[in-house]
Amino acid sequence: MRRLGAFAWDFVVGDDWVGAAGVVIVLALAWVLVHVAHVAAWWVLPPGVTAVLAVTLRRAVRPSPVRPPPQ
Amino acid sequence: MNGLAVALTAFLASAVETVEALTIVLAAGLTRGWRSTLIGVAAALVLLAVLVAALGPALSAIPISILRVVVGALLLAFGLQWLRKAVLRAVGAKPLHDEAAIFARQTAAARTTAPAAGVDWYAFTLAFKGVTLEGLEVVFIVLGVGASAHRLPAAVAGAAAAVVLTVIVGAAVRGPLARVPENTTKFVVGVALTTFGTFWAGEGMGVRWPGSDAALPVLFAFYGVVAAAAVARTRRAVTARGPDVAVAS
Repeated sequence: MRRLGAFAWDFVVGDDWVGAAGVVIVLALAWVLVHVAHVAAWWVLPPGVTAVLAVTLRRAVRPSPVRPPPQ
Repeated sequence: MNGLAVALTAFLASAVETVEALTIVLAAGLTRGWRSTLIGVAAALVLLAVLVAALGPALSAIPISILRVVVGALLLAFGLQWLRKAVLRAVGAKPLHDEAAIFARQTAAARTTAPAAGVDWYAFTLAFKGVTLEGLEVVFIVLGVGASAHRLPAAVAGAAAAVVLTVIVGAAVRGPLARVPENTTKFVVGVALTTFGTFWAGEGMGVRWPGSDAALPVLFAFYGVVAAAAVARTRRAVTARGPDVAVAS
C-alpha cells in the first residue's frame, strides 16, 4: 500500500512538490477571480504557470548549501 | 485541428514511453529468452487493457466540468514535470535519458543469474514492470487528453500508431532506439500537455478563453517560447554557478 502511494505521489507530484502545489495555487486563484470577483481570469493562467515553471527550475539549479569542512 | 493536436500529443507521448519500455523488454528478451519476457509483456498489456476498460466508461460518466478541472490540473502538473526535466536535460543539469546505457545496464543485471527452467520469473517481472510503469503514463495521457477533448478515438489512434511503429522499428533494429530524439520529443509533449492542462482546467473552472478552441495554438506557441526562454535562462544560471549547482533530482 505504501509503495502504491509512493508510486502515485511520484506519478502526480514528481521530483519537486512545488510544481504541483504551484499548479493548485494558480488554479485556485483563477477560480476565485471567476467565481468571487467575477473577472474574466484567462489571463492569470499562462503567466501563473510560467511562474511555477520558473520557480521549480530555479530550485533545481540553486547553489548547493555550503557544508562545513570535515573535522 | 483539435483532433489532430490530440492525436499528435498522444502519438509523441506514447512513442517516448514505448521506446523506454522497449529498451527494458529487449534487454530481458535478448539475455533471458523471449518466452517469459513476452508472457510478462502480455500480462502487463492485459492489466493496462483492464484499466482502460474500467476507467474509460467511468470517465465519461463524470460531468465534463469536473472532469476538465481534475484532468486538466493533473495534465498541467504532469506537463510541467516533463518540461522541467527536458529543460534541465537540455542545459546539462540532469543526465540525458540514454537508452543505450540503460540497455547495457539492464542486460548486465539480467546476466547475473541463469534463466530458470519453465517460466523465468526474472524476465517476466522485468518485462511486466517495464511495460506496466511506462504504459500507465500512456494510459493516463491518452485517457486524460482524449476524454477532456471529447476525442478519445483520436487519442487512442495516435497512441496505437506510436506503439505499433516503435515495436516494428525495435524488432527490425533488435536493439534500443538510442537515436530517437527523446529529449526534444519530451519537450514538445511537455509543452502540449501544459497547453491542454491550462486550457481544460481553466474551462472546467468557468474561464472563457478568447476565441474558444482557437486559444489552443496560441497557448502552445506561448509555452513554446516560455520553454525556449527557460532553457536560455537556466543555462545562464548553470554556467554562472558552475560546479556549485545542486544536482537536479
